Amino acid sequence: MTGRQRADRRAGLAFVAPAALALAALALYPSLWVLWLSLQHRVPIFGIARFTGLDHYAFLAADPRFWNAVQVTLVFTGVSVALELALGLAAALALQRQRAGRRLALSLLLLAWALPSVVTARLFEWLYHPSAGLVNALLGRSLNWLGDPTLALPGLILADVWRTMPFVALLCYARLLTIPIEVYEAARVDGAGRLATFRSVTLPLLRSILLVALLFRTLDALRAFDLMFVLTGGGPAGTTETLTVYAYRSLFQTLQLGFGAALGVVIFALVMAVAAGYLRALRREGLAA
Amino acid sequence: MRVRRRAADVAVLLLLAAWATPYFWQLRTSFTPDAELLATTRVLPAAPTAIHYQAVLERSVMPQALGNSLAVASLTTLVALALGLPAAYGIARLPVPGKGLLLLVVVACTAFPQIATVSPLYLLLRALGLRDTWTALVLANTSFALPLLIWLLAGFIREIPIEVEEAAFLDGAGRLRVLGRVVLPLIAPGVASAALLTFLAAWNEFLFAYTFTATEASRTVPVALALFPGVFEVPWGDIAAASILASLPPVLIVIGLHRWLVRGLVAGALKE
Repeated sequence: MTGRQRADRRAGLAFVAPAALALAALALYPSLWVLWLSLQHRVPIFGIARFTGLDHYAFLAADPRFWNAVQVTLVFTGVSVALELALGLAAALALQRQRAGRRLALSLLLLAWALPSVVTARLFEWLYHPSAGLVNALLGRSLNWLGDPTLALPGLILADVWRTMPFVALLCYARLLTIPIEVYEAARVDGAGRLATFRSVTLPLLRSILLVALLFRTLDALRAFDLMFVLTGGGPAGTTETLTVYAYRSLFQTLQLGFGAALGVVIFALVMAVAAGYLRALRREGLAA
Repeated sequence: MRVRRRAADVAVLLLLAAWATPYFWQLRTSFTPDAELLATTRVLPAAPTAIHYQAVLERSVMPQALGNSLAVASLTTLVALALGLPAAYGIARLPVPGKGLLLLVVVACTAFPQIATVSPLYLLLRALGLRDTWTALVLANTSFALPLLIWLLAGFIREIPIEVEEAAFLDGAGRLRVLGRVVLPLIAPGVASAALLTFLAAWNEFLFAYTFTATEASRTVPVALALFPGVFEVPWGDIAAASILASLPPVLIVIGLHRWLVRGLVAGALKE
């Protein structure tokens, strides 16, 4: 080992150590601690803290509220991610042909994505207002969007799609810009129509970025909390109560830290399983190392 | 042909403007007097008023929340940059033992659900006596800001040709000097993008802020907006004005700095 290599090794450790320590203390340690918490019966206000093993998980397995939350989470994630990808792709294709006003177009597109999700919740709460809301005014109805058990989840999904479609659109748009114009000209020379060009040229080139967008969006939708917590609070009658909302209510409203931690661990496992599944799919595509 | 092209451009802009309607509608509501709130058929209020902004700025916790958010988001960005920049350089360029594991941890951290780490962090911050302080929020936000920043910055650093750094070494510069004098100026646009994304994420963060704060001493804008008081009736006009104030930095960033934003967003996703 030369002097330079030794110096580099020392420098490397010194450069990386502060961040590694911060991540260990603020991310890794809590993620292990939550596992430990989930094995305890812990209610701080009553000074209760004892080991209960897997009791919380056994309770969850037979808990109808838990299975309802699982269903709400999966429906919310599946439907909103599907809509976001479809609309985002459409928006990107529309933007691809844009000549004038690109800057304005991007600003308008990104506006919804950049807002705090609490603001989005407040925006839609007002849009859905039974008597003064814009949605009912446009429909000429007086539906109680957030109070009706059949309408609350669609209403919530719509708000989420509004907020996150721009992210998918932007990723696809950035990828489209990297496709050389010659590729399209070659397709035209070969006599390919618009639809054929889209199916055989554009879509295959977008495949990888769509997979990445699918990964990011699925993970975010599974972890989503702010929007439903502020917009519907999980109601009416639990129809919008996702796992995250159930976990939060258990942790900080009924103050059962151990039980809430068990719900957190379930969400954790779900997110990691989805991430691992996607990474395998990406690797099959030859996209990830 | 050119006319058709132009018409298509305008159509796309109109569709995107329509997509942004929920925001514009809230902007309209924030200038609408209470008596007119039910008049949904008018595009603009008949008698626009600033009364809601006056109420929010003079009689709510919003001004203090704006100050808290500005401080917490700026400090989070600074702390994450100070820790993340050297780490990203180390990962990109130096022979750090256990680098593969570290990179795996960084990527995994970006996927950690906040709802899982919020309870241990709550116990940790409470034990440190940090509840209801800016410090608590900055530390908690660092848990998601730092991995994102390391990931983005390491990508930007790898794009620099290594020869540039070699030249500086021949002049006898140490690693720290190379990072500060050679690498940093070259990745400045990337650092700006990453910092902007971090600031935005910290400004918008709700779960940690809602859990770790207790009074207006540290409550951030999203928390103040979520808890916005309505005693007998929901003050829709005031809420609209508060929402518009809460969205001010994101909106300014999207209007003025969106090119930087796009760069950071795309870099995170296109690089595998």
